[in-house]
Amino acid sequence: MCLAIPSKIVELRGPGLAVADTLGTTRLVSLDLLEEPPSVGDYVIIHVGYAIQRLDPKDALETMDLFLDLLGTDDDA
Amino acid sequence: MTPRGDTASFLNALRDPKRAKRLLGAIKELTAEPVAIMEVCGGHTRTIVRYGLEQLLPKEISFLHGPGCPVCVTPRERVDMAVALAQKRGLVLATLGDMLRVPGSSGSLLQARASGCDIRVVYSPLDVLALAKQNPKKTVVFFAIGFETTAPTTAALLERCLMEGIQNVKVLVNHVLVAPAIEALLKEDGSRIDAFIAPGHVCTITGTAPFEPLASSYQKPFVVSGFEPWDILLGLHNLLGMIANKETGVKIAYTRAVLPQGNPKALSFIERFFDVRESFRWRGLGNIPKSALRLKHEFSAFDAEKAYAGVFSSDSKPDPEACLCGEVLKGNAKPSECGLFGQACTPQDPVGACMVSSEGACGIYFRYKGRVPA
Ligand code: SF4
Repeated sequence: MCLAIPSKIVELRGPGLAVADTLGTTRLVSLDLLEEPPSVGDYVIIHVGYAIQRLDPKDALETMDLFLDLLGTDDDA
Repeated sequence: MTPRGDTASFLNALRDPKRAKRLLGAIKELTAEPVAIMEVCGGHTRTIVRYGLEQLLPKEISFLHGPGCPVCVTPRERVDMAVALAQKRGLVLATLGDMLRVPGSSGSLLQARASGCDIRVVYSPLDVLALAKQNPKKTVVFFAIGFETTAPTTAALLERCLMEGIQNVKVLVNHVLVAPAIEALLKEDGSRIDAFIAPGHVCTITGTAPFEPLASSYQKPFVVSGFEPWDILLGLHNLLGMIANKETGVKIAYTRAVLPQGNPKALSFIERFFDVRESFRWRGLGNIPKSALRLKHEFSAFDAEKAYAGVFSSDSKPDPEACLCGEVLKGNAKPSECGLFGQACTPQDPVGACMVSSEGACGIYFRYKGRVPA
């Protein structure tokens, strides 16, 4: 049921609808549950056709690598 | 180089063996005593089994698979209700795909469909709206299952119906709440659970609030995790740190998708349309007080349970005795301990609901069974 893969908003279709791209597959999603409407290019998490949260993959990737640096284990070459 | 914002490269990083190895090293350093960790959500179970994480981790760490599979916990009598509705003329029953194969007392929805009932598989409550518009002379009943993640989507469907004046939609509400089920497990005699990987997308909606009282009453650490291998390992790393420091409470490792306060708009949808049932029976777990939602009285016009009260019978059969789903859902048994697993019970011909769903432990073990330790 849960689609954990971040999906990219590629087109806004009022009212409260958008087209989202999940790894190349596009589908119509509802934006009704988002606090603020996203813009084209934003990433969201989709659950049964509803965007339930916005997220920033780039930010998340940086957090991840920062965490690894802090761990201080071997660097990946 | 692929741009960093790109989804594929992001996923590759979350599944990157090199990064995972570094995190595994840190986990090994933190591991001392044997520890039993329940991953609540079926999505977590799938990642753990699919990537063989248990085999990569120190043997002191064991996973207990939890009840977080909505298809699995929906009890037989609710499937029977859906089958009874589907048999009504002039009615279209809409359901998410996984529910189709779940055995009821007198067959599944799939069998009902084969015998001529109008049952449509939908991917989303949005599709229910479309079905209602395409079939203005029929009533479309949505068989709504799922946890706090899904309940707001059902509510949003009803809100759209109100806004657009659509009157031929009703819902059979089976939405359940995670925290009361976790509490039921913690209350069991001899509960072996030391710590919890809390469900990522439930917390996207609810935030940490439902789990805070459990963490403090039962003195357990909870960490909210995402669904990629990195996320599970990071959650585990946080949990082991909390265990080492004798900390309890709820932490979020899935920061990219979960805010401490959750999603207030989605919560307000739940609040507006639903209230909490006194009690609800979960498959395998039995009756759990205040563990499910129903439509508020003012929205009775949408409530299939009220509108068709006369068609439901109360003589559902018990689950087959040989099926260990109940124990599997409580984390007390692994699917492979069930005598029917992979023999009399397969995803094509399931005996229990845990085999049907892609989030059910039996279905997951079956699909990836080469990676499960004997
Ligand atoms: S393998 Fe089938 S019969 Fe056994 S516990 Fe799982 S669902 Fe039930």
